[in-house]
Amino acid sequence: MHSRYEVVIGLEVHVQLTTKTKIFCGCSKDFGQEPNSQTCPVCLGLPGALPVLNKQVVEYAIKTGLATNHQIAPHSIFARKNYFYPDLPKGYQISQFELPICEHGWLNIETEAGGKKRIGITRIHMEEDAGKLTHGGASGSLVDLNRACTPLLEVVSEPDMRSADEAIAYLKQLHQIVMYLGVCDGNLEEGSFRCDANVSIRPKGQKELGTRAELKNLNSFRFIKQAIEYEVERQADLLDEGGKVVQETRLFDADTGMSRSMRSKEEAHDYRYFPDPDLVPLVVDEAWIERVRAELPELPEVKRQRYVEQLGLPEYDAGVLAAERAVAEYFEALVALHGQPKICSNWVMGEVLRALKESDGTIADCPLSPELLAGLLGRIADNTISNKIAKTVFEEIWRSGKSADQVIEEQGLKQVTDTGAIEAILDEIIAANLDQFAELKGGKDKLTGFFVGQVMKLSKGKANPGMVNQLIQKKISE
Amino acid sequence: MSFSQMSIRQLQQALRDGKTSSVELTRACLARIAATDERINAFVTVCAETALAAAAEADRKIAAGAVGPLTGIPIAVKDIFNTAGVRTSCGSRILENYIAPYDATAFAKLQEQGAILLGKLNMDEFAMGSSNENSAQGPVRNPWDLERVPGGSSGGSAAALAAGQAFATLGTDTGGSIRQPASFCGVVGVKPTYGRVSRYGVIAYASSLDQVGPLAQSVEDAALLLGAVAGYDPLDSTSVDCPVPDYLAGIDGGVKGMKIGLPREYFIAGLDPAVKQAVEAAIEVYRGLGAEIVEVSLPHTDYAVACYYLIATAEASSNLARYDGVRYGVRQQGEGGLSGMYEKTRAAGFGDEVKRRIMLGTYALSSGYYDAYYLKAQKVRTLIRADFLKAFKEVDLLLTPVAPTAAFKLGEKTDDPLQMYLSDIFTIPVNLAGTCALSLPCGMDGQLPIGLQLIGQPFDEARILQAAKAYEAETDWHKQRAPLD
Repeated sequence: MHSRYEVVIGLEVHVQLTTKTKIFCGCSKDFGQEPNSQTCPVCLGLPGALPVLNKQVVEYAIKTGLATNHQIAPHSIFARKNYFYPDLPKGYQISQFELPICEHGWLNIETEAGGKKRIGITRIHMEEDAGKLTHGGASGSLVDLNRACTPLLEVVSEPDMRSADEAIAYLKQLHQIVMYLGVCDGNLEEGSFRCDANVSIRPKGQKELGTRAELKNLNSFRFIKQAIEYEVERQADLLDEGGKVVQETRLFDADTGMSRSMRSKEEAHDYRYFPDPDLVPLVVDEAWIERVRAELPELPEVKRQRYVEQLGLPEYDAGVLAAERAVAEYFEALVALHGQPKICSNWVMGEVLRALKESDGTIADCPLSPELLAGLLGRIADNTISNKIAKTVFEEIWRSGKSADQVIEEQGLKQVTDTGAIEAILDEIIAANLDQFAELKGGKDKLTGFFVGQVMKLSKGKANPGMVNQLIQKKISE
Repeated sequence: MSFSQMSIRQLQQALRDGKTSSVELTRACLARIAATDERINAFVTVCAETALAAAAEADRKIAAGAVGPLTGIPIAVKDIFNTAGVRTSCGSRILENYIAPYDATAFAKLQEQGAILLGKLNMDEFAMGSSNENSAQGPVRNPWDLERVPGGSSGGSAAALAAGQAFATLGTDTGGSIRQPASFCGVVGVKPTYGRVSRYGVIAYASSLDQVGPLAQSVEDAALLLGAVAGYDPLDSTSVDCPVPDYLAGIDGGVKGMKIGLPREYFIAGLDPAVKQAVEAAIEVYRGLGAEIVEVSLPHTDYAVACYYLIATAEASSNLARYDGVRYGVRQQGEGGLSGMYEKTRAAGFGDEVKRRIMLGTYALSSGYYDAYYLKAQKVRTLIRADFLKAFKEVDLLLTPVAPTAAFKLGEKTDDPLQMYLSDIFTIPVNLAGTCALSLPCGMDGQLPIGLQLIGQPFDEARILQAAKAYEAETDWHKQRAPLD
């Protein structure tokens, strides 16, 4: 890293919304359908068709704005962004320019040093997506307008980030929030959460910003980091050699890890923004904002804090559990049934998330409801089974969907807590291993484990290990 | 029987009484089109077969007693309305073979109420023009004098009525495109308040100014048609959700006690003496009918034409971007891949006036010029609207000429766009203000009709229709027919 320079990063994130229908028409926005099957006169841009705003999109925009500390504009307007491209059926994109719906927001990120840093968010506005082009087929380029007119939020940050890591921390935080709100499915590869990065550098101590390059085509957190780091190096090398950074848009290539110039400032479009006369100004009253605010879920940052402060979880556990809303909800449901947050946390983070990872599923696919898992934890708590046996029972519940009690009953896994029965087993083992027992009695404590193990083995794991220990001590002192 | 002087209500009665049939009316119109349209060129598409089939169906409904207000009445619409299955070319080469898969709301409403579509009417390309000379399908000629223009852009809609080819038509009015041709052709034309009639499915020229309206042979027919097409449409966000009154209910209420304003700025030096005389005579008719006449001022009138040609062209430059040869319409391959195709397609597909306006509008919106042109024009527009609202605090309606002259000659103004633009000087302010107005015949300049404009308050179409009806009842101008035969 060139320590002479300070890195300045601003991010523009396009968040594709999970509404049922498109932003300006009633077409479904299901993906993976036959090309051009999810279209109508409006999203095809046919002559005479007019847009009608989807209320759900506004609601999602307000939600996202509130969750990221924005002011919601009581009056906002849609504008046309004019440019020609075959994936843009009207020859303009309906977006917001002056007077967007959300302004002056911010998010806190955790810095590497462990502190918190506030990243400003200039604005969030609503807009429609373009279609998709497929190039190079036998019949030339093909246009699919299924994606045209699907709703997007564009979230524009201030140039407040000073490293690729800060940029990633901000993006992950924003990503977590939109997923929490349920307004976006968060899929980076499929383009549901797209990021453009504006990167510039300046000599440390200099106030004015350097000339920036805009990086496009960044479809994973890893690529974003790579692309920013590459760009910083590129600009620093340029300046070191006495050159100048030119304002341009650069396309990142994940295969090479490098970027190339796509268009310069001179080639940049004049979008000729003006208010869209087909749409009336959007009025959002206080009551609407408050209704949306009341429906906001507890956000990850607040949740993490509550897990630590009220449930007494370690920071690490709190972070893992709160990262995904559905996981957090699962965990909270389990705690509500079972109590003992740390034990619940261990099981969710340990067994549940592990098993899900192995089966490549999400929490929604988990065959163990919080009720089933609470049933299992109850049997550990009341000593019916040991922790070890519980893991076997867990696997069986996972497989069969039966209750813990059913599995324990059917497989005869109930822990043996009858002192007489355990003592009989222990006596049998002592009789077969008199030498070792003598050594144990003589002070070789390490052998305790051997005897416990033998009892557990002979009892097929059902003996209560605590009781086995107690009995061994009793035998030693006899 | 002769239908040419009958109102739609009379035709309805005749249909119900079995004195005529929809098929007979439709045949009569088709025959008239066949006999006259080679000279007029009002129709760009005639749907004889489907019209006769629909008429036969209407006759069955009439026989069964299931009659809507327009059942069986043959009408025609400007070629700017999308009509599913029937070509919609909008006067342009770029859409010369375009067939829409859906209906414009206003047209769908007419059809639902039983109207029979005779065909599609000629117009200035993308509704840009004041003489109907900017049509890819050739100019329309004025039935009163074939050497003269019918006005524009709804020239076909007005000429078809004057030639007796249809009983009513639909047009659109962005800067006078219904009223000025109605005036030139001696028929009634209504430009409703912006938001009164849905624009859905009407090919856009300037979205904040475009409005659908009827043209008819009488005020009563126009009122009937307006009632049929007006109303909120969830598919048009700019249509207004306010109740549609029964425009026929109070139409005979007269003008006694009405306060009519004469905007000083509309009675200017450039006004043709014949027009001035006819309008002044009309004022006397109103005075005689008991209206109170007062002078008012609309001080920003002088800026209206300039303001209009910035806003309308800016919107048009964006609205017409979709005609790029990618999805529909004409495509011409050019050098240099995609941009070559765009350039060649648009160069070949658009006429000169459309290109002129796209360039003007693109310029007005360009970075660095936006504030000086588009934004300034929007501010002027606000002042013009305020002028009208202020005047309406004093008067019930305004009375003005529709155009400075009667119909001019073909070719007279084609080389001078500015002169052409000025022929809309009295109609444009109404679109900028977003309010309603109508044109009705009020005299003759030799063989040529002269129109009177009544301008109403926003959503007060009923009152100007009532005032127009009172005038019509007192005069015979609307009974005059073009000497076509």
